[in-house]
Amino acid sequence: MAQVILENVKKYFGQVKALDGIDLIVKDQKFVVLLGPSGCGKTTLLRCVSGLEKVTSGRIYFDGQDVTDLPPRSRNVSMVFQSYAVWPHMRVYENIAYPMKIKKYDREEIENKVEWAAKLLNIHELLDRYPAQLSGGQRQRVAVARAIVLEPAVLLMDEPLSNLDALLRVMMRSELKKLQERLGTTTIYVTHDQVEAMTMGDMIAVMSAGKIQQYGTPEEIYHKPANLFVAGFIGSPRMNFLEVEIQRGKGEVFFISESVKITCPLKLSDKLRDFPQKRVTLGMRPEHIHLSRVESGYPLRGEVYFSERLGADTIVHFKVDEEKIVAKIPGDVILEEGGSVEFFLDLSKIHVFDPKTGRSLV
Amino acid sequence: MVYRKDIVPFLLLLPTLAYLVLFLGYPLVQTFILAFTSDKGALGNFQQLMSTGEFWKTLKNTLLITGVVVPLQLVLALLLALFVNMRFKGYTIVLYIISIPLALSDVSAALMSYSIFAPMGYLNKFLLNLGFIEQPIYFFGFMFQTREFWVIVLTEVWRATPLVFVIILAGLQAVNREYLEAADIFGFSAWQKFRKIIFPILKPSILSALLIRTLFAFQIFGVVWLLAGRDIPILAGEAFYWQTEVNNAHMASAYALIIALVSLIISWAYITFLKPTQGSTA
Amino acid sequence: MAKKLLIGFIAVIVSLWFLTPVVLIVFASLTPSSDFYDPHKLFPTKLTLDHLYKLFVVLDGWRATLNSLQVAGLSIGLSFLVGLPAGFALTRYVFPGKNAFRLSILLTRSFPMMIIAVPLVVLYLKIGISDTLTGVALAHTSMILPFVVLITSSILSGISVEYEEAGMIFGLSRFGAFLKITLPLALPGLAASAIFAFIMSWNEVFIASVLTLINRTLPAHILNTAMTSPDYFKFAAGTVMALPAMVFIFFTRKYLMSMWGISLK
Repeated sequence: MAQVILENVKKYFGQVKALDGIDLIVKDQKFVVLLGPSGCGKTTLLRCVSGLEKVTSGRIYFDGQDVTDLPPRSRNVSMVFQSYAVWPHMRVYENIAYPMKIKKYDREEIENKVEWAAKLLNIHELLDRYPAQLSGGQRQRVAVARAIVLEPAVLLMDEPLSNLDALLRVMMRSELKKLQERLGTTTIYVTHDQVEAMTMGDMIAVMSAGKIQQYGTPEEIYHKPANLFVAGFIGSPRMNFLEVEIQRGKGEVFFISESVKITCPLKLSDKLRDFPQKRVTLGMRPEHIHLSRVESGYPLRGEVYFSERLGADTIVHFKVDEEKIVAKIPGDVILEEGGSVEFFLDLSKIHVFDPKTGRSLV
Repeated sequence: MVYRKDIVPFLLLLPTLAYLVLFLGYPLVQTFILAFTSDKGALGNFQQLMSTGEFWKTLKNTLLITGVVVPLQLVLALLLALFVNMRFKGYTIVLYIISIPLALSDVSAALMSYSIFAPMGYLNKFLLNLGFIEQPIYFFGFMFQTREFWVIVLTEVWRATPLVFVIILAGLQAVNREYLEAADIFGFSAWQKFRKIIFPILKPSILSALLIRTLFAFQIFGVVWLLAGRDIPILAGEAFYWQTEVNNAHMASAYALIIALVSLIISWAYITFLKPTQGSTA
Repeated sequence: MAKKLLIGFIAVIVSLWFLTPVVLIVFASLTPSSDFYDPHKLFPTKLTLDHLYKLFVVLDGWRATLNSLQVAGLSIGLSFLVGLPAGFALTRYVFPGKNAFRLSILLTRSFPMMIIAVPLVVLYLKIGISDTLTGVALAHTSMILPFVVLITSSILSGISVEYEEAGMIFGLSRFGAFLKITLPLALPGLAASAIFAFIMSWNEVFIASVLTLINRTLPAHILNTAMTSPDYFKFAAGTVMALPAMVFIFFTRKYLMSMWGISLK
C-alpha cells in the first residue's frame, strides 16, 4: 500500500509527445482507472509508474519517496500484462514463486505464499501445469497470482481483461475488484472499456492525447463531465451535441439554432452571463430524452430515422432538420420508421460547453 | 522496446563491427595492396596476368561454368519448388531429401561424382556389366576436358540447386491460395496461373536467388579442383594455386581482386537493372 | 488417379536423384578394394570397414577430423559470443543507424569470403599464428558472424519482450532477464542455428586450405591429398565429411525450414 504521486510527468518518444504533463495523485489503497482511446498515453503512463519506461521529465513518488530514477525491480511494484506474460518454460507454481525466488525467500515461506495466492485466485489445481496447457482465463489468473504474491506497494494492470471472452470478462471484473478490496493494494488499472472503468474504479482518470482530461469519481465523470471529450467518451450511446447561438434578452438566456429555441434554465444562466462568445455546444444524454412530457421538458418534433430494439431499452435515432438526435427510451417501444414523433429534452440535465476550448461552462 | 539515448546498444554492436572491420575490411584493403605491389610497379601483377593466355582461359571457364550452371539451377529449382508446393501426401519427406545437399561440402559432392564417373566408378561398371560398352569411359584427365566440364556442371547443379530451391519455395509461401482458387474459377490454365499470378509474386525470390547463386558460382573452387585440377582453370583455383603452390601472394591477390571486382559488378547490375521496384509484392 | 501416379512417379525420381550419390559414396567407402576394382562386380559382395580404418589411422584422417571439430567449435563459440549481443541490440533497441547496420550486415552476404584468405596468410605470419587452428577459426568466424547476427536477431524477435519485462518487474535486471528468461526460451532456435553454423565451418575448404599446412582440417586435408591418394581414401573421406552434416541437418530439419521461411502446415 502506497500513495502514488506524479508530478508534471512528460514522456517524449523523439518528437512524439506521449505524455504531455501529467499530474496525478493516487491515494493509498484506491483503485484508479486510466481510461481513454488507443494512443492516449494511458499505457505509457502505466509503464512510467512501473519503471519500464524512463520519464523525459517530471517526478514520481511512492509514499513520498522519489522513485523516478529507480529501475522496476527496486520499486516494489507488480504488474499484470495485457498478454499476461506468464513464462512458458516454467510451471504455474514456479511462475508464482519466481518473484520470491529472486529475492531469496526461503522455501517454506515461498510454499506458503504460493498456496495463499493460488487459493485467492482459485488456481490451486493448476499449480503443476505448464502455461501452454491452460486456457486464456486461467493464464490470466496465474498472472494476477504472481503479481500479488509479494503484496506489492502498487499493483499495475494493463488491460488484463481485453483478451477474455465477454462472459469471462464480466466475471473477472467483479473478482478483480473484490480481490483488490480484500488486499487493500493501491491499484492503477488501464483500460479503453468504459464499463470496466465505471464499475471497478474508485477514481477514473480520463485521458486523451497525453493529458488527463478529467480525474474524478465515476459519478463525477458521468454527471459532471469537464469537457466535450469526456462527455462524448463516457456513456453509451454517446451524448448528443448541438451547436447553438446564445441570445440574451429580458434577463434570460436563449439557445438558438435552426431547429430549436431553448430557454436556458435559471441555475445555468448565471454562469453564462459573462461568457463572451456567441456560440456554445449543448449536450444531452440519450437517457434524458423522453417520449412523454416531463417537468422542465423541451418539446421537439423529429422523424424516426432508425430504431434499435434491445429488449430492455429502445434506442431511437431521430432526425430533426439536418441534426441527428439519439434517445434511449426504457422498455420495448415500437415506432414506425419515417414517422414523425414528439419527444422531450429534460433541460434540468442539460450540459453546456465552450465549442472552442471544449470546456464545460457549468 | 527501449527507446533511450543509451550507449548500451552501441556497446552491444561494437564487438561485431570491430570484428568485421578487422577480418573483412582489413583483408580487403590488404588484397588491394598486395595485388598492386610488384617488382614491376603497381600494375605489374596484372600485366603478368594478362600476358599469359592462362588468364583469359580462366576467365572464360569461370564465365562459362556460371553461365551454364546458374540458369539450369534456376529452372530446376523452380520446377522442384512448384512440385513440392503441391503438398501431396508425403511431400515433407521429399522436401527433406531435396535438402540433403545443403549439408554437403563441395568436397563431398565432388567425391560423390568421382565415385560415379571414375574409370572404375558406378556408371562405368553399370554400363560394362550390361554390355553397353567394352571399355570404361574416361571422364577425367587432361584429354577429356569437355567431359570434365560436363561432370563439373552436373555436380554443381546437383549440389547447389537445393539452395535456390529453398529460396524459391520460401517465396512461394507468399502466393495466397485464394488467388489461385479464384483463377481456377475463372478458368485459367496452369500456364496462365503461373505466368500471371505465381511468377510476379515469385520475382523477388527468384532475383535474390539469382544474385546469390551467380556470386557463388563465380567463386567455384572445390568441385573443379578435385575433379579437374588445373585442367580447367578457374579464378578461385588460380588464386589458390598462386598462393599455395607458387607462394606468390601478389598474383593470388590479383586473382582474388578480380573475383571481388566481378562480384561488385554483378551486384551493381542486379541492383540497377533487376531489382524489383517498390510497388511490387515482396 | 493418373495424377496421383504421376506425382508419385516424379517424387520417386526426384528422391532417387538426390539420394543416389550419397548412398553410392557410402557404399564405395565400405567396398573392399578387390570388389571395387573388379569390373564385374557392380555392388560389393561384402562390406568392410577397412578403408575407414585406414583413413583415420594410417592417413591422418582422425587428426584432420579433430582439427575440423576444433575449428568449428571455436568458430561457433566466438561468433555467438560476438554476434548474439548484436542480435539482441537489433531486436530490443531503437537507435540511430540501426537500419544502416542491418543493411551492411546483409551486404556481407555478397562479399566473396574466400578473398580474405590470402591477406590473412600474410598477417598470420607476422603475428605468429600461421598454420594454426586458431587462425582458421578466426577466419571462419568472420564468415559465420553476419549469419549469427541476423539469425539471433530473428529468433529473439520471436520471443515476446513482455516476458523480459515481467522479469524486470519481478526482480531481475535487464541483463538478468535476458539471461534467465529470454535465453532459455531462445535455446532451441539458437541450438539449431549453431548446428547450421557448425556445418558452414565444417564444410569450408578454400580458406582452410590456404591458411594451413600441417594442421589441416578435414576438407583441406582431402583437397590436398585427394589426387595422389588411393580411391578408397577419397570415398571414405567423402563419407566422413558428409555423414555428420547430414545427421545434424536431419535432427534440426524443422527449425531449418522455419528459418528459411517455409511453413510446413
